[in-house]
Parts: sequence; C-alpha cells; structure tokens
Amino acid sequence: MEIDLSVEHVSKRFKSFTAVDNISFEVERGKFFSILGPSGCGKTTLLRMIAGFEEPSQGAIFIRSQNMADISPNRRPVNLIFQHLALFPMMNVAENIAFGLARRNESKKEIKKKVANILERVNLPDFGLKKINQLSGGQKQRVAIARSLVLDPTVLLLDEPLGALDLKLREQMKIELKKLQVEVGTTFVYITHDQSEALVMSDHVAVMNEGRFEQIDSPQNLYSKPATPFVAKFVGNNNRWTGKAIEYDGETAQLQTSTGEKLLAQSKKPLEQGAQIELFVRPESIIIEPGEQLNTLNRLQVIVSSILFDGANSQLLVKGPSIEKELLISLPQNRQFEYISVGDAIEIGWDIRAGNCFPVQ
Amino acid sequence: MNSLDKIKSRLPLFIFISPILLWLFLLIVLPHIDLLRMSFRAENELGDMAWSFSNYLEFFQEPVYWFTFARTAVYAIMVTFLTLCIALPVAFYITKVVSPKFKGFLSLLLLMPFWVSELVRIYGWMILLRESGVINHYLVRWGILQQPVEMLYNDITMTMGLVYTSMLFMVVPLLSVLDSLDDSLIEAAFDLGGNMFTIVRKIIIPHAMPGIASGCIVVFMLSLGNYLTPNLMGGKNSLWFTEQIYNQFIASFNWNQGSAFGFLLLLISSLIIYVGLKLTNQKLSKVVQ
Repeated sequence: MEIDLSVEHVSKRFKSFTAVDNISFEVERGKFFSILGPSGCGKTTLLRMIAGFEEPSQGAIFIRSQNMADISPNRRPVNLIFQHLALFPMMNVAENIAFGLARRNESKKEIKKKVANILERVNLPDFGLKKINQLSGGQKQRVAIARSLVLDPTVLLLDEPLGALDLKLREQMKIELKKLQVEVGTTFVYITHDQSEALVMSDHVAVMNEGRFEQIDSPQNLYSKPATPFVAKFVGNNNRWTGKAIEYDGETAQLQTSTGEKLLAQSKKPLEQGAQIELFVRPESIIIEPGEQLNTLNRLQVIVSSILFDGANSQLLVKGPSIEKELLISLPQNRQFEYISVGDAIEIGWDIRAGNCFPVQ
Repeated sequence: MNSLDKIKSRLPLFIFISPILLWLFLLIVLPHIDLLRMSFRAENELGDMAWSFSNYLEFFQEPVYWFTFARTAVYAIMVTFLTLCIALPVAFYITKVVSPKFKGFLSLLLLMPFWVSELVRIYGWMILLRESGVINHYLVRWGILQQPVEMLYNDITMTMGLVYTSMLFMVVPLLSVLDSLDDSLIEAAFDLGGNMFTIVRKIIIPHAMPGIASGCIVVFMLSLGNYLTPNLMGGKNSLWFTEQIYNQFIASFNWNQGSAFGFLLLLISSLIIYVGLKLTNQKLSKVVQ
C-alpha cells in the first residue's frame, strides 16, 4: 500500500489566529479523500499548503515520500482545481488544457494528442476550439478537471469545485467525478462543506472543525459512528438531547434527560455517574408506532406538530412534554403512515443501539 | 401629435447632449474646418491668396520638416513603449502585490505630482539636472565628477521628461484593468507549471490588452502633441514637430503653412493608432470604454 500524500503535524498561524492546528493524515494511492468542514474551518488553507501557495508554520508535507518544503507550486506534482475553476478566458478550451503541457516543453504533436485524449475522456470531444464563455457550468467543470488531469498529477486537489453549480447538475457531477476518479486512478483530495458530496464520492472523509480534524473515517462510519458531538451534528441530521448519566455498565448507559425522561443508550466512552451528556438520534432511526414485540427500544409519547413533505425526504416534526426541542422523524412515503395528521398523538421509539451518547467536555 | 410626443420625450436628451455638441462643434469642428481651408490656401505669383497645395508640397520638399516629423513620430512611439514598460510593473505591484490598505495611498502618490502644472514639474527637473543644478552640485562635491556636466538639452533627458509626464495616463487604465484580473488565474497558471515570464506573457498581458491599448493611445497622443517638455528639456537638435507648427503660426506668422502641418500631425497620429489597434487586434470602441 503506497502513500501518495502524507501531512505531518502541519499548522498554519496568521498572526494570532490559528487556521490549521497540528493536522496529520495520509492518503493512499488512488483514493478519494475528502475534507469536510464548515466555512472558515481552515480546510482551504490546508489545501493551499499542499498545493504550495502557503507555507506551513510548522510540520511537513510529503508527496510520494518527497518533502515539499521550499518547492514552489509550479514544481510540485500536484494540481489544484480552484473554487471558481480559474479557466483562462483569453484562451480556448484546447489552449487552456495545453497550457501546462506547453510549460513542460512537450512537442506540439504530443500536446495535440494528449488534449484530444483528455477531452474524449471528460466527454467533451470537438470542444477544443470553443471559447470558455461559450461553455455551460458543467462543461467548464470538466475542462478544469481535464486541464489538471492532463498533467497526470500525483495528487489532484479540488477546492469545492461543485459549489457554483445548481442542484441538479451538482448531483450529476458528483457521480461523474467519482466515476472519473476510479477510471483514471489518480489520488483526489477534495474539500467541501457539503456533506453529501463528501459522503457520496469519498473513500475516506476527514471532518474538520476550527483547524483540527475531528474524525477520519469511511463515510459509513462517519455517519453511523460519529466520534465527537461535532461530527454527529455536522454530518447528516440529528436529534439532540442533553442530560446526565445515571448508570453505566461498560456498554449501556441509563440517562436522564433535562426534561426528566429516562432513556437508554450505548456509549463507547466510559461515563461517570452524574456526568453531563449529549445524546444524538438520527431521524431515520426513529420508528413510528413501533410494534409491541420490540423490547430494546426507548419509547416516547408525542404529538405531531407538523408534516414536512419533501418527497422521499419527508419528515415529521413532533413535540411532547419529554422533549426539549422538536424532534425530526423520517416519514416513509409508502402510504403506511398516510393516516397521520397534525395534532395526532403517536408513539415513537428507537433502538438503544441507534443512539450515540457523548460526555460533554 | 405623434411626432410632437416623440420630440417631447426626447427633449431631456437634447438638453443634456447640447452642451457637448456645442463644445465639439464650436471649439473643435468649426476651427478645424477653418484650419483645413486655410491649409489649402497660399499666395500665388501675384501675391493674392488662392487655392493651392503648396503648403503640403513645402513639407515634402523641405528635408528638415520631414526629418522632424519622422523623429517626432518615432520618439513618441518610443516614449509610449517605455512608459508601458515602467507602468505595467507599477500597476501590477499596486493592484496585486501590495496589501489593499496601501493601494489607495500608492495611487494617490502617483497622482500627486499632477496637482502642479506640467510647467512647474518641468522646471523642477531643470533645477535638478542643469549644469549648476542640484545633482551636479552633489556629484562634484562628493568627487564623483571633476566638473559639472550639462544633463539637460539632449534626447535622453527629453524622453525621460515625456515618460515622466505621461506615466499617470498609462498607470490609471492599467490599474483598472489589472484590478479586474482574478488572482486565481495567476495562481492557476503558476499551479500548472508556469513561471513568472509565461504568466506575464500568457495571462497578464492578454487580459490587460484593452487597458494597454487605451493607455498607449492616450500617452502616444499626449507625447506627439506635447510642446512644453521637448521645448524646455530638449536641445537644439531635439526638434519636435509641434515646435515647427508653433514657429509657423507665431514666428513666421504663416498660418496657412502651420495649418497644413497641424493636419499632417493629425493624420500621422490617426494612422499610427489605427495600425497599432490592427496589430494588437483591438477594437477602438472596446478600448475607450
């Protein structure tokens, strides 16, 4: 297993502000690695350090075991796809793609062949002579990717390139980008604040907050086993309770919420008696009107306060005396719950293994 | 009724546009028509004024006019090019390198010398450069020179003076055009393996081309039509074509000859600008925006 990119204890400080705080990670060859975080968490700074536009204040960056310190961006075997793509408007598509090749003094014939090949690859054959402003958003996207991929970089860095596209196109480009990455086998490092982009495309995702990595894991684990409250809140929707632990037997904890309700939940971290906790439950983990035979459930009596219809993502908002904030519950659109209307009293429940419990720091 | 409404609706436009039309017509078009008429009139054998090409023929037959004319054009082109070479890095530095806080301050510094008149600025240069001037004084005192050297009244000083006078008119259009250049384009070119030279050649200059063209047109026309700087800083051999026109009008009191020279200057400046625009593939309407 070869490591393409290795970041070791990298920090970046701007005067008194620490943008990136002691981050280390490795990316294996051919993997799609995403860094997911809210805006201002330092992910762009991290990416710019890998590309060479910023010097780390501390730590080192290795690409294929070669230290990148003091190597300028034009000599690094990485290419960056900018947020707004930065296609050169004064050149046509083919000239844009040929720019990097020409800088390597490749022969005209070779350049022409490579440009035609890569345009074929991104499904834009015969687009070579088009002007940049004649292209649609998705086509620009592909040209930007082609312009970088044609140089055959060791690592391709992508700085939220899908941000400017409309929803439908973004969904489509997500799938295309993932397919392309698998096809060419280049290592991708992708940064985004959109969790769905990160989850759909990545082999591994790092969740970043305030300059630090909260968790590096597969998308599945990130979703089902968040390591910190931040990850639980940031990735996907979650319902949150606060309260304290009453009992902990090494696996299951009995909790008392701030509204006085007693709930059971699993916790990997040991909980001291009386410790303040946060409990997270996913909307889709909550079962509406659970059957009597299910006995490992937390059960609550609630009142439906509104129905949020959104096709397959429809949800119920419920409230009740035992609930701090209204709960979100997924509402399957299979006609099973068609009878539910606003104001109805219903029973809900979730498996005690579905809740994630964290001690409050 | 209908046509009356039309006139009514356009009335504000006419009111607002009339000053500029009057200005153009009374101060530019009308005098030029008269000058053009005058340039084609000369004394005949009997001493009466008559229609004639003799003013223009005089220009082509007298080598000193020809020489001054060509010299002026060549020097004006050179001044334009030198101004561009200095202004481009200056404009790039102000827009892209320096922190935004200093941007306004630096632009103001550029503008400051233009608060005093050109005449005063040229006299400033003369105080610095003349034989008994400030620079010579210190060069002699520090023992670098044995005796003072006359630095004024030669082509190099005159060129420098013209470049200095025109700087602002090149920097301002370049500032606005470079301001609109997205930094990420430069970074992207750098990321794709470009060095400073290729970035300037492939990204910055193509992007700045409308600004370069408009700056060059202004600087070229100002230099070509400049009278003060070549007259005061240039030497006996540094004849400028505007001085010839002046001589005809004021010294020789030959308005007809002077008008002919004036129209020849207008012709050559239009021609050179036309060729320049064609060579750089720019459109005048886009450049003057």
